[in-house]
Amino acid sequence: MSVTTHDHSDDHSHAHHDHKPGFVRRWLFSTNHKDIGTLYLIFALVGGTTGAVLSEIMRVQLLHPHGTVVTTGQEWNTIVTTHGLLMIFFSVMPALIGGFGNWFIPLMIGAPDMAFPRLNNISFWLLPPGFGLIVAGLLLGDSGTGWTLYPPLSDAIYQPGIGMDFTLFALHLAGISSLLGALNFITTIFNMRAPGMTLHKMPLFIWSMLVTAFLLLLSIPVLAGAITMLICDRNFGTSFFEPAGGGDPVLFQHLFWFFGHPEVYIMILPAFGIISHVVSTFSKKPIFGYLGMAYAMVAIGVIGFVVWAHHMFVSGISVDTRAYFMAATLVIAVPTGIKIFSWIATMWGGSIEFTVPMLWAIGFIFVFTVGGVTGIVLANAGIDQVLHNTYFVIAHFHYVLSLGAVFGIFCGFYFWIGKMSGHQYPEFWGKVHFWLTFIGVNLTFFPQHFLGAAGMPRRYPDYPQAFAGWNFVSSLGAFLSGIAFLVFFYVLFRTFTSKVQVADNYWGESATTLEWTLSSPPPFHTFEELPLID
Amino acid sequence: MQLVRRLGAGLMVLAFLVLPVFTLATGPAFAGLPAGAGAAIVLTRSSEGVALPSEPVLGKPVPWEIGLQPGYSPVKRDMIALNNLVLWIIIVITLFVAALLVWVIYRFNAKRNPVPAQSVHNTFLEIAWTIIPVLILVVIAIPSFRLVYYENKTYDPDMTIKVTAHQWYWEYTYPGQKNLDFISSIVTGDKLKPGEPRLLTASNPLVLPAGKNVRILLDSSDVIHSFFIPSLGVQRYAIPGRTIETWVRIDKPGIYYGECNQICGTNHSRMPIDVVAVTPAQFQAWSVGAEKQMADADAPSTAAPRQVAAAAPVPAQAHAVVLPAAQLFAQAQEMRH
Repeated sequence: MSVTTHDHSDDHSHAHHDHKPGFVRRWLFSTNHKDIGTLYLIFALVGGTTGAVLSEIMRVQLLHPHGTVVTTGQEWNTIVTTHGLLMIFFSVMPALIGGFGNWFIPLMIGAPDMAFPRLNNISFWLLPPGFGLIVAGLLLGDSGTGWTLYPPLSDAIYQPGIGMDFTLFALHLAGISSLLGALNFITTIFNMRAPGMTLHKMPLFIWSMLVTAFLLLLSIPVLAGAITMLICDRNFGTSFFEPAGGGDPVLFQHLFWFFGHPEVYIMILPAFGIISHVVSTFSKKPIFGYLGMAYAMVAIGVIGFVVWAHHMFVSGISVDTRAYFMAATLVIAVPTGIKIFSWIATMWGGSIEFTVPMLWAIGFIFVFTVGGVTGIVLANAGIDQVLHNTYFVIAHFHYVLSLGAVFGIFCGFYFWIGKMSGHQYPEFWGKVHFWLTFIGVNLTFFPQHFLGAAGMPRRYPDYPQAFAGWNFVSSLGAFLSGIAFLVFFYVLFRTFTSKVQVADNYWGESATTLEWTLSSPPPFHTFEELPLID
Repeated sequence: MQLVRRLGAGLMVLAFLVLPVFTLATGPAFAGLPAGAGAAIVLTRSSEGVALPSEPVLGKPVPWEIGLQPGYSPVKRDMIALNNLVLWIIIVITLFVAALLVWVIYRFNAKRNPVPAQSVHNTFLEIAWTIIPVLILVVIAIPSFRLVYYENKTYDPDMTIKVTAHQWYWEYTYPGQKNLDFISSIVTGDKLKPGEPRLLTASNPLVLPAGKNVRILLDSSDVIHSFFIPSLGVQRYAIPGRTIETWVRIDKPGIYYGECNQICGTNHSRMPIDVVAVTPAQFQAWSVGAEKQMADADAPSTAAPRQVAAAAPVPAQAHAVVLPAAQLFAQAQEMRH
């Protein structure tokens, strides 16, 4: 795709208009997609660090049987809940969708900003109060239900503290934030692409964000409904989920997972988009099978809406229902496999540079395959009967999220940080960060497959002696991953204190999307004149 | 530099393969157990104050286990068979993808392949990598559907038991044995006999006849729990307000451990399930004795002190009492602090 832009000749005139607003106007009342993206990325780091600290506490508790770091089961349950909610809603989603989405959707489609710049700002600012509310729930020890919030455990009798309500309200805030963001993204992508950029010429990252936005649009309201019903049951005497009042706990499960399953695709699709860009750039080849890649993501999104009850195989749903959901879940393996093979086919015949972003991308392809195939094991309702709620499930979703989505985030960081900040990362320490993380997270989560197969339940602060061996190994892996995370902070420090000037396109001619035609960092306002795509 | 990178990658792969073997070899020492500690332990416990024959412990996790617990029911054995099929398929797929990546990294790195090709299509490949996964899924789906329908329920039950979950203990009712009903709760620390595993030992185990189809009806008195016995392939939620049915046929006499597997409050990890399978004749003898115990206990009883956990106080009567909600709530409050 070649581009005619006017940006170079306009650089000088831009400089005249490029005065940025004052601090409060710029950072509290922003209407600039790049600044809002930056806010999201910083926020995601805060959320992710808090979630990671909680996970380190958990792995210290599980280092040996009869751990004494966490003193009561309720405390443990609250930590587990907070870890999950923080990582999902206050780390991965803000980083991928709010952060990279906001930064690069307008830049890649040649738009001056999002369709609704001020709505964009409130999407961000809804999150910090949500974060505060969830941390309050943690400190009060009131939210001991798991991130899945199932009643009756989450109702007022069993979680009487107000911290549980704080947590539920925090999810409302995060939900509204995502919903408004989705509206913004869909409108922007549909309406503001530069002239000549048809849907079939859009970069794959844009495709991934478009599908993600539709998933959010359709699933968040259902979560909101479920949470509202739970808040009403807790506080206003309703009995949506209360059998004594004619309600049904399983209704909550249906509503939650109707959101919950698309949610996991919401978390991984943007990472798919980033990986496509990085693999293509560093193989110096266009992505193999562009249409297949785009429509595989659409297929994953659509099918992702009709598989939710595979989370409910042991909840007493009928056998025919289980059979259907099992079949539908297995089907998702096909478009996912197409993507994995297409990435490899992109690299095939290429001229591969093993930069740090490329390491993360190749690492992603491998670990996502591992996570994906254990999903195939779990899809079989027959086997799931003995793996549901065990550490096998924990291993599966951490492989696709903690390894998949998080590798995608780091991949995007290393790929784009020079563009966003004008400072490049240190190559050596970037590689150290990658390898320590890769070894650490595999050491943490691979043994958890064994623990789950052997029957260790999840959300347990203590375990029978027989599970001690692999738990010890897993905790060692977690400590190594923690050290790797500290190395990332050093990478951040070295990046932002680096004095080297960064070029517009510091990756070379195989970085072909529009953001690489801009300076690093880009001006405050970009594409005030639309580029022409042919 | 290339060499260093390749060596690094190779070492990584090697380390990854060697580590499990290494830990397996040194494992038992690590876990503080003598070698050969997987041998079956024979326990004698009573249920409802009625002595049980000593049975080998069969259904338990073993240190450094890497696969499913061995199966002692037809359902679990079928699960293991299907899991083996799926496991081999996914191992092959994963190794295949890994091999492709290694090859691509080696053959198409910039030094070895300075000029990239520009091909973005290969119709044959694109069809192949759509059709072949579909075929693989069909191969998995056929036995998988059979298993789901087989493990759903028994059409020929020999007996029925009701399992009611509570925070934080299990209540077992035998409708066919004059509504024999009792509570099973965790046995902790000082009350454990040698050889009885921490967090897996419960008072008053669920006694069942081996070789019989047992229909299990699950219910809960408070929050959602999960009745999970890995070696028998049993798991279903216990949800208040609904009865969920499943079944089991235990191959042979023995002791089989399970745990609560749905987060249910502060003592979620402390409500184990003990199943003791005995011969049908022994089951008959036990149930007669237990019924008699229950009848006697309706009068003021001098029943033997019950082994109950300090953390989960339950009434010491010989049969279960449904605690009023307020008392449950008070217990819950107590547990939290």
